[in-house]
Amino acid sequence: MNGISQMWKNISGLWSLIVGLKITGKYFVCPQVTVHYPRKTVDNLSTFRGPVELVASDNDPTKPKCIVCLQCAGACPSGCLTVAAKPAPKPTAEEIKAKKEAEAKGEKVKKAAPKELGTFRYDFTLCSLCGTCVDTCPVGSLQFSSDAYLASRNKEDFVYDLLARLADQAKGIKSGSSQSKE
Amino acid sequence: MNIGPITVPIELVRIMVAILAFSLFIGLNGVILVWLERKVAGHVQRRPGPYEVGPHGLLQPVADALKLIGKQLFIPKGADKILFWAAPILSFLPVFLLLIPMPFGPKLFALDVDLGLLLILAFAGVNVLAICLAGWSSRNKWSLLGAARAVSQCVAYEIPMLLSLLSVAFMEGTLNLTQIVNQQEPWLWNIVYQPLAFIIFFVCAVAETNRCPFDLPEAESELTAGFHTEYSGMAFSMFMLAEYSYIIVVCCVATAVFLGGWHGPFYPGSWWFLGKVYALILVFMWLRWTYPRVRFDQLLNINWKWLLPLSLLNLFVTAFLVKVL
Ligand code: SF4
Ligand code: SF4
Repeated sequence: MNGISQMWKNISGLWSLIVGLKITGKYFVCPQVTVHYPRKTVDNLSTFRGPVELVASDNDPTKPKCIVCLQCAGACPSGCLTVAAKPAPKPTAEEIKAKKEAEAKGEKVKKAAPKELGTFRYDFTLCSLCGTCVDTCPVGSLQFSSDAYLASRNKEDFVYDLLARLADQAKGIKSGSSQSKE
Repeated sequence: MNIGPITVPIELVRIMVAILAFSLFIGLNGVILVWLERKVAGHVQRRPGPYEVGPHGLLQPVADALKLIGKQLFIPKGADKILFWAAPILSFLPVFLLLIPMPFGPKLFALDVDLGLLLILAFAGVNVLAICLAGWSSRNKWSLLGAARAVSQCVAYEIPMLLSLLSVAFMEGTLNLTQIVNQQEPWLWNIVYQPLAFIIFFVCAVAETNRCPFDLPEAESELTAGFHTEYSGMAFSMFMLAEYSYIIVVCCVATAVFLGGWHGPFYPGSWWFLGKVYALILVFMWLRWTYPRVRFDQLLNINWKWLLPLSLLNLFVTAFLVKVL
């Protein structure tokens, strides 16, 4: 009896072969999901982790939020980031005047930072996109960009000056290595 | 036929012309089938397959062929030189012989061989020898293992294949392929009378041509490339061309013996034959991209425990019915 039930199990198992054929047959006639790059590009890049970029501060799109605390450069396991400060520009006469007036009125005035971001060099060739820098930044001045289409024959194209990039973005120029070649 | 003072038998001329035509047919088929296989693989996985070279990648096999021609022919140290180069040629040459008795159309065949089916079955075995030589002479353990697998697999699967064809031969009373086709009616093909034999034949055909899911002799994930691991360039492409040609041959046999050859419900002719052959090849490809490879013990179990008894049973029942009716 056991042998017969074993045989029946084998025979009824043949049905699974048909099921397999049905699945591949269905996929065969389904439309393809491949995107024919470079004739077409994908648009759902919002979750893509591209090279890191600076986030502009709320009131000045050319200036980053960065407070030059250097935590990101220290946290990066691959040493991709080179951050350096420069002294903040001297306040103009008008600004000093405005400040004095405000103080005289008894308003609370924010003290100007003594330094600001001078250079922010980012070597993408070393970056593992681990996200440590993004997580470390206390003011949220770093984020992943959505540059998916990166290609170059030149290694230097992937060493970014993120300040210049931010300035370009403020002017509405989309920057990236492919752009810099053109 | 008389050419000057020499008398050439008409059969010889026919064979010469046929071999020339077959060379063209096989070469063209190689190109088309490589392209088709990759397209089918792509579409099953919802990819486009080859796409960039030529319209819809049609020229991709040509580019591949040029690449293969340009590659260095390499022989491993300590390999048996003569056998090593003989193997791919030996694998490819019998294809011409196998196609000679094939009835492509009512008038389109190389030779009307009385023992056509026997000829095909006899010379199909040469490929096993070629694979065995390739594996043996390569001096590579993967090649050797692949060859050993190929031999045990092909020898085993030849038996039910033969038996299933034999039951049709019993029914038709002939081994002549042209006659077998002629005796089938436009719609009532032999597959209607012998469905089990057809299924057995088809499974065996997949195994005989070393196609997935029975591609153990060249199992990439276990044996690198099996018996043709050490072959490069044209030697490798000879094996590949031979493999595709054998697919054509088994599909032609299946068409002639089971699917009514050139018969069709309307406009009978060679296009029916070719259409059926290519439909069968598509099924081959469909199977390849659906099933995973079987284990070796499973492979032999399917044969010895299922296909062989079933084909024997089928043969006995057919013989009995032929005698009684
Ligand atoms: S993502 Fe990681 S590796 Fe890249 S810069 Fe940030 S911390 Fe360094
Ligand atoms: S951690 Fe943030 S704020 Fe600090 S230096 Fe880096 S980017 Fe600037």
